Amino acid sequence: MEKTIAAAYKDAPKTWIYKLLLVFIVAAMLAWSSSTIVINDTTGSGAGVAKNILLGIFHPDTKLLFNFTNSGVLYLLLETLCIAFLGTIVGAVISVPLSFISASNLMPRPIAVAGRLAIAAIRTVPAFIYGLMFIRVTGPGPFAGLLTMSLCSIGMVSKMFIESIEDLDKRILESLDAAGCTTFQKIRYGILPQLFPDFMSTLIYRFDMNLRDATVLGLVGAGGIGAPLIFAMSSYRWNEVGAILLGLIILVMIIEWISSKIRTKLTRG
Amino acid sequence: MSFYDRIFKPRRHTLSNGKVVEERFTRLPLIMLIILVCTAISVRITGFSFSVLFSGGRRFFDILFDMFPPNTSYLPKIWTPLLDTIKMSLLGSFIGAVLSIPFAVLAASNIVSNRALVFVVRLFLSLVRTLPTLVCALIATYIFGLGTMAGTCAIAVFTFAYVGKQLFEIIETVDMGPFEAMEALGATRLQAFIASVFPQVLPSYLSVSLFCLEGNVRYASILGYVGAGGLGLIMNEKIGWREYSSVGMILIVLFVTVIAIEGLSHAVRKRLT
Repeated sequence: MEKTIAAAYKDAPKTWIYKLLLVFIVAAMLAWSSSTIVINDTTGSGAGVAKNILLGIFHPDTKLLFNFTNSGVLYLLLETLCIAFLGTIVGAVISVPLSFISASNLMPRPIAVAGRLAIAAIRTVPAFIYGLMFIRVTGPGPFAGLLTMSLCSIGMVSKMFIESIEDLDKRILESLDAAGCTTFQKIRYGILPQLFPDFMSTLIYRFDMNLRDATVLGLVGAGGIGAPLIFAMSSYRWNEVGAILLGLIILVMIIEWISSKIRTKLTRG
Repeated sequence: MSFYDRIFKPRRHTLSNGKVVEERFTRLPLIMLIILVCTAISVRITGFSFSVLFSGGRRFFDILFDMFPPNTSYLPKIWTPLLDTIKMSLLGSFIGAVLSIPFAVLAASNIVSNRALVFVVRLFLSLVRTLPTLVCALIATYIFGLGTMAGTCAIAVFTFAYVGKQLFEIIETVDMGPFEAMEALGATRLQAFIASVFPQVLPSYLSVSLFCLEGNVRYASILGYVGAGGLGLIMNEKIGWREYSSVGMILIVLFVTVIAIEGLSHAVRKRLT
């Protein structure tokens, strides 16, 4: 027994050089990037500011929180929710053809690669640049935010769509063929049931993420809760920040809970 | 959903052997109705209209066409902010990923038997996750001053929450056999964890962290907008001056960098799993 263990240890591949090299590379990269740690606290009031922020955030402005007019937190949250919802749907509508083009099991390789590059290019442009572009089209407001959100969703949504398309079980199509089904029937009974749960699950997840990312839209004035939040922050009204953040966090948590419920239901069928 | 079944009666089929099976009525109309109502409300509130889109759609390309041809003479000034962005995401991802380990272990219900502790740690993780990254970055700029430090902080917080959530889910799906065997042999819980659970989760953990790093490089470029250093800073500046050709150059550099880092991390992740 002892001998076999010793022999097994002896035969184990010797990877310490490889591991040491890996540790060395990671350490070198960290050392290289440690130059970003620069505390640029010219006024020397960092700790004081932090205390004010925390105090404000934990004493939210209840007047703003329970305000039912167009500038109250509740309406802004509803607007954000609508932007995220419609943005996800518009994004999905654009992503479906794009991901069928880029699926390497359906399309010839050059077309698939071109499609993937296009998706990567769409992903690279930061949200606020799309926001600026759309504001020229629609003027500032939630409509611009919605369009921005839809373009930002494309990257991740089509990536997941491509994965589910490439995982399609082709044997089902062959057996439908053998049973004498027409093309339409093959799509209806062979492809849609396989793709639908995956697609829905991706979209619900993306909706969740869009809600979280909605603050970015506020940077360019594209509607939703982002702009009031950032205005409040840049004018140091921390209790308003607290109220908005509280509303946002509660909303995001509720939506996350619902979406994870639906998604587990979808994956279990 | 039994209420739904009572309104729309399930269809009964009698099989050839006399057995009766029920086919429940399709849920599609209900789902469609919910989606349609939500869409209608959203269209009203956001003011979505195709006519605006068609009449003004051309103007979307104004800025895009201004970006081409990109201003190549601006290239030498991009390198420093680009390296800053990469450094920020590297360091931020590393700090966040390392910090998330203890929290993820405490949030895994198969390792920690104290229900209350698991609940509290999970609540903390999801609270941090709902905090928008931009807000983190802005708060960090107030505390640490403008610059890369604030961006690194925001990225670390984001990575912490994301990797923490993924990691505790990975730990919960681990095979507990080796852990119990080691405990039976007399190892302490910590020893058993390090020797049996850790090797099982390590590849997925590294893979998740690398995936997060990929996203962070892209995200770091937005953070500059609030003054947290990196590419976003010069992008914001150039947009302010309407030098869109320089913005185009920055975007091209960012695109190439993101593709390179994604390719690298994809190759490493393929080896890991």
